Amino acid sequence: MTTLTEPAPEVAPDPGPPSRTRLRRRLRGVPLPYLLLLPAVALELLIHLVPMLVGVGMSFLKLTQFFIRDWSAAPGAGLDNYRFVLDFDTAAGRALLASFWVTVRYTAASVALAWLLGTAGAVLMQREFRGRGWLRTLFLVPYALPMYAAVITWAFMFQRDTGMVNSVLGDTLGLVGTGGDAPFWLIGDNSFWALVVVSVWRNWPFAFLIIMAGLQNIPRDLYEAAAIDGAGWWRQFRSVTQPMLRPVNQVLFLVLFLWTFNDFNTPYVLFGESPPKEASLISLHIYQSSFKTWNFGLGSAMSVLLLLFLLLVTAGYLAVSSRRRTVV
Amino acid sequence: MSEPRWVSWARRLVLGFLALFTLLPLYAMLASALKPLRDVQGDWHWIPTRLTVEPFVEIWSTIPLADYFVNSLIVSGAATVLSVTIAIFAAYAVSRFEFRGRNLFSVTVLSTQMFPGILFLLPLFLIFVNIGNSTGVVLYGSRLGLVITYLTFSLPFAIWMLAGYFASIPKELDEAAKVDGCGPLGALLRIVVPASTPGIVAVAIYAFMTAWGEVLFASVMTDSDTRTLAVGLQEYSTQVDVYWNQVMAASLVVSVPVVAGFLLLQRYLVAGLTAGAVK
Repeated sequence: MTTLTEPAPEVAPDPGPPSRTRLRRRLRGVPLPYLLLLPAVALELLIHLVPMLVGVGMSFLKLTQFFIRDWSAAPGAGLDNYRFVLDFDTAAGRALLASFWVTVRYTAASVALAWLLGTAGAVLMQREFRGRGWLRTLFLVPYALPMYAAVITWAFMFQRDTGMVNSVLGDTLGLVGTGGDAPFWLIGDNSFWALVVVSVWRNWPFAFLIIMAGLQNIPRDLYEAAAIDGAGWWRQFRSVTQPMLRPVNQVLFLVLFLWTFNDFNTPYVLFGESPPKEASLISLHIYQSSFKTWNFGLGSAMSVLLLLFLLLVTAGYLAVSSRRRTVV
Repeated sequence: MSEPRWVSWARRLVLGFLALFTLLPLYAMLASALKPLRDVQGDWHWIPTRLTVEPFVEIWSTIPLADYFVNSLIVSGAATVLSVTIAIFAAYAVSRFEFRGRNLFSVTVLSTQMFPGILFLLPLFLIFVNIGNSTGVVLYGSRLGLVITYLTFSLPFAIWMLAGYFASIPKELDEAAKVDGCGPLGALLRIVVPASTPGIVAVAIYAFMTAWGEVLFASVMTDSDTRTLAVGLQEYSTQVDVYWNQVMAASLVVSVPVVAGFLLLQRYLVAGLTAGAVK
């Protein structure tokens, strides 16, 4: 644990080696909030700030497998790593671009569906009915399940010959071929949709949860006033529920976007080490490029680019949504 | 609020679909865990023709599942205890005091949650390997190393959630304690912490769940002795035949503790989670 308890120097200003009582007297001069924050700040520096600086540094090095054991010997690369992964005429650049677009499509589809199902579920469960408590508990189970256990189960269901999905779609509903004509779900174009389904299954309960909480904060008399004005169910939903949920939705969209865009687990567990290219998300692509070819410089450059992209989108989103909030 | 008839039909239809969608994998997991191997290798059957508990016995010998279980327990437990303890103090500072740097700290904590895990993985891997080479302190492949990487997501989360939770506890309570002679630290330990036990437990459960389900760091930072369930479970599929019945049985066994904990404490969890998000 020695690495965890390195003191953060800027909080305790006394440089000398104080005795216990002197230390205590010194610390008495430090405002309490800083003392309370001391362990957290020290850890944050250690686990977030230092790795980020190292990560940015790595992206400017030719950090191939020969230098992993002693990275101080790695030659500088300047902007070469960035130039290399952003050169869309080469295989590396094309692969990055392709996995970026897969991730964009995946995020759009998954977030939209999870939000839609979450809203529908939460709004329709506002009214009391028999079995409501049980249903609510059931809906929370996917969220509680360890993610890999859930995704492995889906991998089993998507098996071509022995899986439940082809059995339902082919044998029962007749929507897809059976036997030799049965579709593959874990390779080819279908794999993208398999990925989306698993992700939605896992994420919609979170949307449901947050929207349920948001609904509870809407004052009942707003609905009563709307009803007196003659607003029907749909009109009440459009004119009371939706606007009142806007702040909740803004946070929800951002969180879902970040989770989904950074998702590594779903494709990794669903497809194993090498996913089909139709379902290779950007985190997995970076992971593969780093640990398969052991070129950490390239991997770091891609991580930094990913971070910049996420920061840009988040900042833009926050700016737009806060401006809209002041207008309304 | 009276509602038109189409809404009550939509309710049945939509909630029925959602219940089915949610249940199918849970059913597939349970039903297949009770089937003999040859029955999960053939066509999918809804109702198991032969019921057996053998998969639940065999999972422990096919792979060293018990070892992985212990590894997951130690790593997730340590990450939870460490992050919640440190977060209690930091969250108290953020929720109770005005001081310079408060906003900077909050924003930093909040923003590190959005950073992709892969961003920390590569540098931490390199730092661990190099620390091991130069000082002999083994972090790469050790449980301690994994705990440190887990703090990258569990610490900011715990600080953020607890700050929200503490803010919902009336300040008059600590002030009353101070009148009775408690220092600020006494007020934290005697008033705020006991008053927010449900919140602290909820955050701890959530941090534990996240660590229990973590795949990315575990797949890189562990070796055969420290492997967690998240990575170990995939070994059932590297056998000549995929033992799907055992995979499902093992998935069930590793899920039951966390799902039970979640469902028992869901009321607090939901209150805590949404206090942060809805505010």
